[in-house]
Amino acid sequence: MSENSRNVIELSQLTKQYGDKRAVDSLNLSIRKGEVFGLLGPNGAGKTTTILMLLGLTEPTAGTALIEGLDCARHPLEVKGIVGYLPDNVGFYPDMTGRQNLRFTGQLNGLSGQELEERIDELLARVGMTEAADRRAGTYSKGMRQRLGIADVLIKDPEIIIMDEPTLGIDPEGMRELLNLIRELSVEDGRTILISSHQLHQIQQVCDRVGIFVEGKLIASGTLAELEEQILQDGSYLLEVNVHPCDDKLLGMLSQQEGLEKIQKEGNTLLISSKKDIRGQLTRFLGEHGYTILHLHQRGGDLDEIYRRYFEKAGQSDERNDFEEKRKHGWRRRGKQARQGTDRA
Amino acid sequence: MIGGTGIASLYGAISGLGDVEDSNYLFLSLYTTSGNSIPSFMSFIALLGPIIGLALGFDAVNSERAGGTLNRLVAQPIYRDSIIIGKFLAGTAVIATIIYTMGIGLGAVGILCTGVKPSGEEVWRILVFLTFTVVYVAFWLAISIWFSVVCRHAATSALASIALWVFFAIFMSLVARIVANAAYPIGDEYHAMINSYNNYTLNLGLNRISPYYLYSEAVSTIMNPTVRSVNVVTMDQLVGAVSGYLSLGQSLLLVWPNLTGLAALMLIAFGGSYIGFMRQEIRSN
Repeated sequence: MSENSRNVIELSQLTKQYGDKRAVDSLNLSIRKGEVFGLLGPNGAGKTTTILMLLGLTEPTAGTALIEGLDCARHPLEVKGIVGYLPDNVGFYPDMTGRQNLRFTGQLNGLSGQELEERIDELLARVGMTEAADRRAGTYSKGMRQRLGIADVLIKDPEIIIMDEPTLGIDPEGMRELLNLIRELSVEDGRTILISSHQLHQIQQVCDRVGIFVEGKLIASGTLAELEEQILQDGSYLLEVNVHPCDDKLLGMLSQQEGLEKIQKEGNTLLISSKKDIRGQLTRFLGEHGYTILHLHQRGGDLDEIYRRYFEKAGQSDERNDFEEKRKHGWRRRGKQARQGTDRA
Repeated sequence: MIGGTGIASLYGAISGLGDVEDSNYLFLSLYTTSGNSIPSFMSFIALLGPIIGLALGFDAVNSERAGGTLNRLVAQPIYRDSIIIGKFLAGTAVIATIIYTMGIGLGAVGILCTGVKPSGEEVWRILVFLTFTVVYVAFWLAISIWFSVVCRHAATSALASIALWVFFAIFMSLVARIVANAAYPIGDEYHAMINSYNNYTLNLGLNRISPYYLYSEAVSTIMNPTVRSVNVVTMDQLVGAVSGYLSLGQSLLLVWPNLTGLAALMLIAFGGSYIGFMRQEIRSN
């Protein structure tokens, strides 16, 4: 346990300034060995910049980033030796086969001969690319590139893996495989994994801890349960109710009830916010007046909701409010899959 | 294409060889003689050699960036210098191989066709000529790598480097003449008398900014032992001069500044791309 709680990534007061804009603002973060950490935030929040600083590809304006005690800006080569980086939109040399691409990376990491060939075979099998390995990389689909990218990262047998938007543009089946693989890398191999993403649902499934990152600032971090608790302590509950019949008379009656702060109607669903848990009270009330409850759900349990709340709390700029608007109008009525689509756009 | 033009110019040279009056350096004239309407191999290379350099370098960095391979590459434990230096050295090696193969091959075909045997000095002159050519083409490679570092899209960098090439190959002499005429007008006889020396010198100096001109001047001196000076020669300097050939050493001495100039231009161009690349942030979008 003591081994597991050692911090392998330590960021302190890390800042990156681009002209007037602070891409990353005094970021403090530590990631323990063997955990899967999800760095969540909308596009342009500074996630990629943070990752570039971790790899020593960009110099921080202020503050330090340490990986295994090595300063990333001063010893980038050593850091890159133990960190595997899967960039978003990973690419391969299109004229070379998948296997040749992997061999090239292996050689750059000082591997050669039989050892390298064996490792390539093993990794190709692991990511399920054995059959496509001798096709030219130019013919690969996005999902295949992503899997080859993971094999590419694993060639150097890194202790730490950093993935930038790994779930972007992958079909649901590929997504499931990818998440399984990430889980496996963490649990079986004991590697530390840092995932940056704006796609909450997938991340929710694999992350031990998440950090919510908005406009260069880490506004919250912890396990999902901790984040949820933090939100609920603010004393704001949101209840989704679907009743039959759903008429204006009901709205009128509800608005006179005590303890209800706000009632919104979205299609057939009522969104009721309150200061305390009113589920019991509401069920009784509806039952007495002859309404049938079709659906009752306390929001807040999933990351999506937590994410939204934190955005509201952070006192968002206009741009962010637009983003919120889009989310509310665009996402709610669609299914989960479509939601990811909107986000990407 | 380059190979094809090489053959064409050889054919032109062989057909025009009969008209060559000076029989002392006959083998060299295989490279320098132009046939009817076909330019010589030397001027072909001066004009088209840069194409090799540009083709090898115009998408060296930005295509990797666009393809997402660059940020995968920089995440490996290698120095970033090695990427850009590797690109330049690999390109230069390819260029050297092409140029030497072509130059020597041309000579071989020339021997077979004409039976003219090169002397030792001629062989050396050809090797110096080919080395000059490599430096010259490597300069264009460095320029195109520089553009590929600066420009986001491969098409932009290709167009920009081709534009520069066209400018130096065609328009630089026009610009030089216009500037020289503006500074030292030689419109009427009086002005021509007092200004023509300065006019010519300025014209020449401006032209020498262009690597195309530097190269052409240098190689025509190397390949023509009869060229005795690359600058203006006044009548009193010529008084008492004995007409004869320059030795290779003397020819080299004459164009040594051109060689250093070309090499310096090449290094500046590469230095620019090196610094640009090292200071750049590598991100995929």
